[in-house]
Amino acid sequence: MDLEEKDDKEPTSSLGKLSRRSFLSHIGAAGVATAATAVAPLAISPTITDAQERTSSEGQTIPGAVPVTLRVNERQYSVQIDPRATLLDTLRETLHLTGTKKGCDHGQCGACTVHINGRRVNSCLTFAAMQQTAEIITIEGLGQPDHLHPMQEAFVEHDGFQCGYCTSGQIMSAVAMVKEPWGASDGDVKEAMSGNICRCGAYPNIVAAVQAVRRMA
Amino acid sequence: MELFELVTAQTVPDAVKAQARSSTAQNGADVRFIAGGTNLIDYMKLNVERPRQLIDINGLPLDKIEKTADGGLKLGALARNADVAHDPTVRAQYAVLSQALLAGASPQLRNMATTGGNLLQKTRCVYYRDTATSCNKREPGSGCSAIGGYNRMLAILGTSEHCIASNPSDQNVALMALDAVVHIEGSKGQRTVPITEFYLVPGSTPQRETVLEPGDLVTYLTLPKLPAGTKSAYLKLRDRASYEFALASAAIVMKQDAGGRIDFIRVAMGGVGTKPWRSPEAEKALLGKPATPSNFRAAAETALHGARPQSQNGFKVELAKRCLVHAMGQASQNA
Repeated sequence: MDLEEKDDKEPTSSLGKLSRRSFLSHIGAAGVATAATAVAPLAISPTITDAQERTSSEGQTIPGAVPVTLRVNERQYSVQIDPRATLLDTLRETLHLTGTKKGCDHGQCGACTVHINGRRVNSCLTFAAMQQTAEIITIEGLGQPDHLHPMQEAFVEHDGFQCGYCTSGQIMSAVAMVKEPWGASDGDVKEAMSGNICRCGAYPNIVAAVQAVRRMA
Repeated sequence: MELFELVTAQTVPDAVKAQARSSTAQNGADVRFIAGGTNLIDYMKLNVERPRQLIDINGLPLDKIEKTADGGLKLGALARNADVAHDPTVRAQYAVLSQALLAGASPQLRNMATTGGNLLQKTRCVYYRDTATSCNKREPGSGCSAIGGYNRMLAILGTSEHCIASNPSDQNVALMALDAVVHIEGSKGQRTVPITEFYLVPGSTPQRETVLEPGDLVTYLTLPKLPAGTKSAYLKLRDRASYEFALASAAIVMKQDAGGRIDFIRVAMGGVGTKPWRSPEAEKALLGKPATPSNFRAAAETALHGARPQSQNGFKVELAKRCLVHAMGQASQNA
């Protein structure tokens, strides 16, 4: 597999001592999904033809399906989806970008946070068919395992997670947050990140990670 | 979620025409406008809202925040809550609105939710949200499960024997205190409704929450210019410090004359009413009086005079009074 073959390649992040393998084992599921898409197709392919074939091969016929074109991570996807499909479900189930997580599915937990036109939003509370003119960025489009986004590096460095399920949402939220008009204090970060729930309770480390990135800026 | 047809409105008249085919503009509408979607999609997932058609209005040119010729402000119905909250004019001249918006929801939701959508935000009553239970707002005539049930979060003002659901919005409490005017385009043309006349108390028809009729599209709000020297404050009390609905909140807009007497006062409350609650009684009690804690307390007593607490929310009566007194104190001191 490409994942194995490329494992000896030195990461270019500032966390130089961290190999990709150890990074993956640290960051958990969200990181694995990121790596899978970033490095090479594994069992799945993000191309549309393959996505459609996969849909049909699984015997899923979608009555009332509508053609939808989405631009995700600077790449265009044309798919047939149920008009009820949220952006979250479309990202995960149709485009197989599983780095974005489904937590509550009601806009209360923030695990599904992605960027639409540069702003953080809950992808569970919008229909994919309504986002056809939008520029969508998911955790897969933020950094690569060998070239992490500074916020991803900071989350690793400050141990800003335990189970990792909320992590991609936390990171997407944090990346957008540093560009928003918030005050400088830890209290401001807590308020600004209040839309992202972490059931493991990694909050102090998440605040530390976000503050580290803000101090760099 | 039930299947629906999604159509995109290219113009305001097209949107109006499409929604005019709905049986109602209130609870149970079979044709719905959709903008941010944060409230509607949540309720569609719960099968509380089951529209057969959604009209996507996000492409309409209604997202501007502009000063009006008479010194007020015009807020497009599609202006996002985050954009309104951070708008320099809103922050400088209508601080209470910025504070209220930032006290509501999460940053992600505020990036999606719109001014018009928030104006029509649905109650969070757990029985309204649960189709397995009786609810007169969701299913007229089925009964109210909240009376005698879990009603800790629900209303103490404006209730009826049919419904005690509280209005959850923060934005709308500030809009009440700012005398916002709702601009509507409908099948019969354009009209304006003062926000104080926009919401209905439940009475025997809790499914009707506003004066909107089929085809009515809220296009924008206007905020009148406030007298020079006016100060304002929004205070929200809740179970946790952030990202939670209000147990009680207060929006105060106040001006004192050179002698320290209150010569302009608007008092509104959230978390306690079946609609965003304005208190003309408290305003009357304060007008012409010095801004003192004892006068604030007397006004707060007046504001809650008609409160009818339920089995679990009696604490809200005193909480709302203290919230008002504190917010009045803040407004009287804010620069």
